[in-house]
Amino acid sequence: MQKRFVSLWFRHLLTDWLTQQRPELEGIPVGLTVMERNRIILTAINNVAQNEGISVGMTAADAKAIIPDLKVLDAVPGQAEKILQAAGKWCIRYSPAVAVDLPDGLLMEVTGCTHLWGGEHTYLQNLLTALRQKGYRVRGALAGTTGTAWAIARYGKQASVITSGDHIKALYPLPPAALRLEPVTLERLHKLGFHTVQKLLSLPKPALWRRFGEHLLLRIDQATGLKDEPLQILHPPEPYQVRLPFLEPIRTRLAIEKAILQLLADLCQRLQKEGKGLRGAILKGYRVDGKSIQISIGTNKPTAKVANIFKLLELKISTIEPALGIELFILEAPKVEDCSPEQERLWKPDSCGLEDTGVAELLDRLTNKFGSNAINRYLPQERYWPEHAIRPAQSLDEKPATIWQTGKPRPMLLLPKPERIEVMALLPDNPPMLFIYKGERHVIKKADDAERIEREWWLEPGLHRDYYTVEDEQGRRYWLFRSGHYGQEETQWYIHGFFA
Amino acid sequence: MNNAKAEIISRLKTDILKWQGFVPPVADEAKGIGLGPLEASFPNGVFPVGAIHEMLCPTAEQAAATGGFLTGILSAMMMKGGACLWIGTNRKIFPPSLNYFETAADRLIFVDVNHEKDVLWATEEALKCEGLAAVVAEVREISFAQSRRLQLAVESSRVTGFILRNDLRKLTSTVCVARWQVKPLPSKTEDELPGVGFPRWQVELLRVKNGNPGTWQLEWFEGRFMPVDEQFNTIPSHERKAG
Repeated sequence: MQKRFVSLWFRHLLTDWLTQQRPELEGIPVGLTVMERNRIILTAINNVAQNEGISVGMTAADAKAIIPDLKVLDAVPGQAEKILQAAGKWCIRYSPAVAVDLPDGLLMEVTGCTHLWGGEHTYLQNLLTALRQKGYRVRGALAGTTGTAWAIARYGKQASVITSGDHIKALYPLPPAALRLEPVTLERLHKLGFHTVQKLLSLPKPALWRRFGEHLLLRIDQATGLKDEPLQILHPPEPYQVRLPFLEPIRTRLAIEKAILQLLADLCQRLQKEGKGLRGAILKGYRVDGKSIQISIGTNKPTAKVANIFKLLELKISTIEPALGIELFILEAPKVEDCSPEQERLWKPDSCGLEDTGVAELLDRLTNKFGSNAINRYLPQERYWPEHAIRPAQSLDEKPATIWQTGKPRPMLLLPKPERIEVMALLPDNPPMLFIYKGERHVIKKADDAERIEREWWLEPGLHRDYYTVEDEQGRRYWLFRSGHYGQEETQWYIHGFFA
Repeated sequence: MNNAKAEIISRLKTDILKWQGFVPPVADEAKGIGLGPLEASFPNGVFPVGAIHEMLCPTAEQAAATGGFLTGILSAMMMKGGACLWIGTNRKIFPPSLNYFETAADRLIFVDVNHEKDVLWATEEALKCEGLAAVVAEVREISFAQSRRLQLAVESSRVTGFILRNDLRKLTSTVCVARWQVKPLPSKTEDELPGVGFPRWQVELLRVKNGNPGTWQLEWFEGRFMPVDEQFNTIPSHERKAG
């Protein structure tokens, strides 16, 4: 396929942008200045100022002499690049390959994009109208090479869409400056009487090379298409990404579901072909009003099944606000892992456990509905302090690094925070005789000796705990502890758990 | 003649059981779940897996006793490396204690949700998942229609569900296959030695579909359920263990 490029030229980029931010500047002459060798030089002017006869490069004082009411503002260094990047990001709806072309333009590769807008003419018109509505005075051209598109956008007189064979002819009447040459070269060409590209191209190349050097030949080759020009693409496309633009913006749930299914079908087909499965997916929707929305999901195991991923996304469709309509969906898979399809075929329904794909899919659904905090699995940890005896597992297939402790018994239920109780104990180290918890008296009939658990003093300060397993007269079994030594002032009794 | 009649009746009985959603156990499930005499009160004398059980635990103490009894059952169900989901809004289960009941706590996945209605949603989703051994859900109440939904989910997946209900004031009827209540009993030690003995419970089968309700006293002894024999009240114990 023949490559096609669009070059956009923002004629008054900085001042147009400023006017958007400050509408009161509309219609009055504005100039932006920088300090250069003790002179204040104009670096950008708006169209009003230009029409009144001043130009970029004048000193501010001269300009003021011509237009006394010229509004002079300080230029912010690097501003142009920022604006161009933002504009380039906005242009992503027209083409995935957008590059910033400093100081005042954008270059886009639009190969295969234009038919979605019904042809190259309507595509370019659509793009330019949209940018003009945003307030930029912009010119654009569509051609088979970046050099030609650039030249026509800036110097072209007639057609702005150049068909692939005609680009050299289109360059002929333009001045040599259209070839993006250095000022020194341009000056020499001017002195020698080369006023059009046609004259320049009629000379043999070795002669040009001798007089003007390598750079001129490179620019000529780039304009005529003999050499490719690599674009510094603003968004390097995600390796696993599918796009679905709509002619009519969509708003209904049914339409969104259909769109997601189509995107998934495309993405999963590619994943399956490459033997990959996705671990996460991001669905971005670009709305008519310029905002973008996104939903994201994660999975516990790599998967490339449309039905599974759709089930996860389906839970979040209700959070999509289409507003006036969505005109473009992009589905990305930022995290992709190998998964062998053979493994799934071997799976037998009678093997159950954490390795089971059905369980992983179920947990994905639960995670995406309730958040990742909702799903907890615990592994033992070699620490005695009860609150620290377990740690959350990092992944579904993580195995315990140590065995579950089998020494002293632990209660079935553990209160999240120990609760204070009133206790009567006969002797300092005896288990309590009775305790009062939530207003109820529990007379203790049986009890075990204390188990002292020291606090992990290298991590946190505090008192140790003496734990007692006790059983009351009705057979109910509790886990009580006294913090600190008996008889000390800060000593306090707590209930911490219930035994089975 | 009489023989033929009895045969017809018994065949009809099994047919009725089938139509009511009770699936006869397959061969390897028939060895039981280790509940001893309790299992005789279920239809065909087998603890019904692939069904919904309901357990009442109004107090924290009973919840702890139920937890112990339940994990004892789960240990048999998860024997082959299966996983289990425990769904609730206010979880207090302490995983290190499960080891005492022969259950590997790292194969238990806790789902902590914020709302009561999410518990039932998650439970229904989980019960449809054939890869799980069992699903435990802690709920305050459950309506007849909700229990019916859960029953329909397990009928195709053959997962066993346990519903722990903690609000007995709204005790509605359900389609659950059995309703249990487990209460702690005072433990006994050998020769009246001091200290707390093995966990001992009074297990009541309040309602059972096509079976016989009853009450038993069980003790968890050396990794299995032991019926407490009132006459020989002492079970030889080498060291006391309560969990």
